[in-house]
Amino acid sequence: MDTNSMSYKCKQFLMFAGVTTAVFAAVVIVPFIYGLYLTFTSWDGISTQKPFVGFANYAATFADGAYWQALGRTMIYSVIAVILVNVVAFILAFLVTSGVKGQNFFRAGFFVPNLIGGIVLGYIWKFVFNRAFVALGESLSIGALSTSWLATTNGAMLCLIIVSVWQYAGYMMLIYVAGFMSVSADVLEAARIDGCTNMQSIIHISVPLMVSSFVQCLFLTITRCFMVYDVNLSLTKGEPFNSSVMAAMHVYNQAFTYKNYGTGQAEALILFVVCAVVGVLQVYIGKKAEVSA
Amino acid sequence: MDDLNEKAARRRKISHAVEIAILVVLFICFIFPFILVIINVFKTKADITTNPLSLIGEHGFTLDNFPEAMRKMNFWRSFANSAIITIFSTIFTILLASMTAFVIVRNKWKACGALFGLMIASMVIPFQVLMVPLVSLYGGVLDILNHRATLIFMHVGFSLSMATFMFHGAIFTNVPIALEEAATIDGCTRWQTYWKIVFPLLKPTIATVAIIDAMAFWNDYLLPSLVLAKKELYTIPIATQVFYGTYSTDIGLVMAALLLAMLPILILYMFLQRYIVEGVTSGAVK
Repeated sequence: MDTNSMSYKCKQFLMFAGVTTAVFAAVVIVPFIYGLYLTFTSWDGISTQKPFVGFANYAATFADGAYWQALGRTMIYSVIAVILVNVVAFILAFLVTSGVKGQNFFRAGFFVPNLIGGIVLGYIWKFVFNRAFVALGESLSIGALSTSWLATTNGAMLCLIIVSVWQYAGYMMLIYVAGFMSVSADVLEAARIDGCTNMQSIIHISVPLMVSSFVQCLFLTITRCFMVYDVNLSLTKGEPFNSSVMAAMHVYNQAFTYKNYGTGQAEALILFVVCAVVGVLQVYIGKKAEVSA
Repeated sequence: MDDLNEKAARRRKISHAVEIAILVVLFICFIFPFILVIINVFKTKADITTNPLSLIGEHGFTLDNFPEAMRKMNFWRSFANSAIITIFSTIFTILLASMTAFVIVRNKWKACGALFGLMIASMVIPFQVLMVPLVSLYGGVLDILNHRATLIFMHVGFSLSMATFMFHGAIFTNVPIALEEAATIDGCTRWQTYWKIVFPLLKPTIATVAIIDAMAFWNDYLLPSLVLAKKELYTIPIATQVFYGTYSTDIGLVMAALLLAMLPILILYMFLQRYIVEGVTSGAVK
């Protein structure tokens, strides 16, 4: 059998990757290209006609103040959430690798929020903020707790951030744990003999050697926070007064609630570009900071 | 010298105790919401409203929330839908992705390079960019929404890139090419070589991909909510969302529904905890 002939190659490729290529194209590639086309039409979701409107959707996007507000809000939320998630995750990772008893139990426990979907998590926390915290505030007469945080503009944002930190910290902790484990004991031993305190060896030895963990965690948290939807929907639903509508929710509403599919798609594309630029930039900067022992 | 050692030992003990104390406090903060759900699920609506923090309500312990919530959210039906969709999506993803990775790793053909390149590039595309065209194509043009098979098809399509990437790494580093050559000499075709030699060697990666993807499929809300609009097709996340929309004031039922929605995966986690933690870590680090 001639393994160099075109027909052999085609047969082999189709046999192993044919179905994959077809499914992947049908679900990702074709919709992506079709989505680009949709941004130039004013489809309403029902009619079979998709009138061509040129750049009208992009013009509408730039004129859509609510969209830019949502995008700005998403950025503020993302910056705060990303920093807090990673700080908490790093501290957790340090604590569960320091050799305390039952560290595997703690690791498993901190990871639990990641097992459960955003919809359920959002509703659980809604109960916590609306009922439990308020009851706690009343019984201890703490003023700040006596009304639900979800009822105020800044409070709703704060709630979203708290839930995100709680949701992702355990997952990022696992990546930092892997990072801590990859720092060789020899290097740490050498640092200790040279008189480093624990704190010094974390800052000057572990952290520089764990840059790849940081890059990875930051990338994961940035992309997730930017695209937050499930928790946003179940926890705040954009309320009060649309003050907690994040970009992804705005896109969803624009397309599926107000039936402006073309504009919604254009806004989704811009959101994607912003997120991709931030993500790639972060990875690029991070990679430059990487060192090896 | 002994004195110094003793001091160091004592200091280590104290810092150890502080670490444990911080860990315990954080741990309680982390599981506090779950504990609240568990204590309130056994209370009546009135008791939850008067005091959500008390361990047992004035009207005592009750199990009434469960059967009613199960009936109203159509729990077993949603559970079955979620299970079918998760299981089939995961199996197809693993089979297709590992086969594709095999042909890509072992051949330097242009088609392989192009497919792999496209897959890697596509991993940065968020779902929000594809949801409108997906609904437009599969709902408007083909009109095949509201089928579990459609959702499985889409789940597989979205997860193939990442899974192929992971199998690619596993085959590249862990499957010795000499084994495959030996199989070929013994008369195996490529197809037989793959199923008899390569696939069994991929077990650890199969486990990792299965865990990551199954969790993602089980918990996914946005895609299923766009594909499945019929009540009898709802998955657990959709059923929870719809249930909350209708019965949000009936807080006892809500607690039961939330606990029921979490329970399957929490039970699984109890038994497979080590594998899940390992799988997620190795999946993320790749």
